[in-house]
Amino acid sequence: MTAVRLGSRLARRSHRALAFLTAIAGLFLLTFADAAWLRNCRAPGARAQAELAKRLGLTDLCLFTEARYTRHLSQADWHSAFQDHPGALEHFPSGSLVPPPAIPLHHANLDRKTKISD
Amino acid sequence: MIELSGVRKAFNQGRPNEFWALNGIDLNIAPQQATVFFGPSGSGKTTLLTVVGCLARPTVGRVRLKDRDISGLPERFLTGLRRRTFGFIFQQFNLIRGLSAIENIMLPAYPLGGDWRELKERAEFLLDSLRLSHRRTARVEWLSGGEQQRVAIARALINDPEVLIADEPTANLDTALSMEFLGILETLAGQGRSILLTSHDPLVVESAVVRRVVTLRDGQIVGDR
Amino acid sequence: MRIWIEKQKYLIDFTISSLARRKVKNVGLLCLYTLIVFLLASVMLFTQALRREAAASLAGAPDVIVQRMVAGRHDLIPPDYIGKLGGLRGVRKTEGRLWGYYYDPFLRANYTVMAPPSGGEDGVSTGQVAVGQEVARRIGLTRNAKIALTAYSGETVWFTVAKLLTRESELLTADLVLMSEEDFRSFFGYPAGQYTDIALTVTNPQEVHNLAGKIANRLPDSRVILREEILRTYESIFNWREGVVLMLLSGAVIAFAIFALEKASGLSSDEKREIGILKAIGWETGDVIKMKFWEGCLISLTAFLLGYTAAYLHVFRFAAALFEPVLKGWSTLYPDFELVPTLDGFELATLFFFTVFPYALATIVPIWRAAVTDPDSVMRGSL
Repeated sequence: MTAVRLGSRLARRSHRALAFLTAIAGLFLLTFADAAWLRNCRAPGARAQAELAKRLGLTDLCLFTEARYTRHLSQADWHSAFQDHPGALEHFPSGSLVPPPAIPLHHANLDRKTKISD
Repeated sequence: MIELSGVRKAFNQGRPNEFWALNGIDLNIAPQQATVFFGPSGSGKTTLLTVVGCLARPTVGRVRLKDRDISGLPERFLTGLRRRTFGFIFQQFNLIRGLSAIENIMLPAYPLGGDWRELKERAEFLLDSLRLSHRRTARVEWLSGGEQQRVAIARALINDPEVLIADEPTANLDTALSMEFLGILETLAGQGRSILLTSHDPLVVESAVVRRVVTLRDGQIVGDR
Repeated sequence: MRIWIEKQKYLIDFTISSLARRKVKNVGLLCLYTLIVFLLASVMLFTQALRREAAASLAGAPDVIVQRMVAGRHDLIPPDYIGKLGGLRGVRKTEGRLWGYYYDPFLRANYTVMAPPSGGEDGVSTGQVAVGQEVARRIGLTRNAKIALTAYSGETVWFTVAKLLTRESELLTADLVLMSEEDFRSFFGYPAGQYTDIALTVTNPQEVHNLAGKIANRLPDSRVILREEILRTYESIFNWREGVVLMLLSGAVIAFAIFALEKASGLSSDEKREIGILKAIGWETGDVIKMKFWEGCLISLTAFLLGYTAAYLHVFRFAAALFEPVLKGWSTLYPDFELVPTLDGFELATLFFFTVFPYALATIVPIWRAAVTDPDSVMRGSL
């Protein structure tokens, strides 16, 4: 389509709007292509990371290095968050980003003899 | 062409402020003729125009358009019929602010979904014939009163209606512009269109283009010449 | 069909010109709307990617970790525990782990110090350390540089940096310092034979719950953590229903809801007048409603497409830079990571549904009443 024809086509408002929508829809779809490309590029690194985690026996992501119970979410005992006082408000900002571990769901209730200590 | 039988029209029916604007109208409007509904304020001429132009249904009575009873038609069909048959010029013009002259003119044809280029050409032709081509892209609120009226006329003609309806068309115009408007009406009448007007302006009632004057008072026809 | 398409284009023509007439208001609305979608989509994409990252990276975490508890707190593992666990049926391998934390008062940073399993490719010699990328960045370390750490005894110990851990593994190792077992024990004063905890490899992963029960019986003061529990911790991370995330999102959503409700509560007199004129010149009720529907659709689709695309770029090309201050909190160390895009169709569809439809509906609802205006009210001038 020549520039002149394209120009006359876009003289109409609905054509301009639909062209704009098509363009941004194209960008939207491009993100999926980019995602596939990035997955491919970053796959070797991800594999290497998984292998290192396995060799070293790592158990947690290094996201919050404020305190030990935020650094190792899955390893922290339940009391370290309340080490100063049982009713103490959350010390660290990251404590409000992550919920307590889901571990309690798989232990027996605390009001009776537990099978596995918590 | 348009036949009214025993037409009565009430507003706020059943309420304390019930008001009968039309009180038994029997009227036959012939095609290709310019007719004026004349009378004082409150005589029912605008209401009569809305009933004739299918903008409103009669409370009592029948309206026939080309031998077809349209009184009980559902809104969808009535709208389609109105679109094809009538073109309206409102007293306040009622153009949409912010849109250009040509956009306002094209609006009534939008729901028909016709070819855009053809529609645009038709609108430009109308602008040209009304000597408004130089103002086609101007926003309507920037136009003078006379220019706005010509845009309103062009809008009324975009769907090539058989009947042109105008409510007090010269109410907001000076004498010179009123004469200009009557000149345009004459051209349109010459094209074979039927024209229905309401007016209490003697300039309109006594003009050469008007063939019939129907006088109303208190919702009834009191004169027809 | 052609007529139908042409008609929709005419309705869009009118809608655009209608929107353009209140340019400032509508551009502002679109910006706010796009921002909301951007925030919601960013959180959604970031959370999905992190969870996937955790699942993938920690899939090789130890099957079982056994900790010792004294008065509800972690304590060191005594020498005989490894022997006791090794004898259990179902346990293929036991490994004592040595790891802990070191606080650097100069950087005010916490490092995770670890002695890697002996004989592996990650081992370091005595007097040497391997450090994570973020530690190296903050201190300015390169290979063969020297780093001084202060032991609990007060003694300053110098180590040589043997290597830096990879950039790709920063999400796991950014704060890590690896040293030999000998150095670890002498630095932290760990008695010989004692460990931080024990990592078990099991023969049959299906039997891991039974094994956990056996461990609890054999070692009543132990706490058992299964790998599935480690992974479940990260499945619920940044759950949108909780904490700061909920606060961030709800503020934005409430602001938008107020805006949309204001729009839904009624039309301006100008808008009512316009609809009356359209009805009078031949538009049907349905045409008016469709025109308004297009208005809602165009704005909400634009906001969704732009918001999502920006969110994608933000999370995967700019490493979720806007979230860094929130995530970092009071941490001194923060990993420089690149997430692998993970796209969950269901969550994307939910985002689309909850961002596009409410607004489209909010645009149509007030129209309904006005759209059934008697066209003759235009003639009577009662608009």
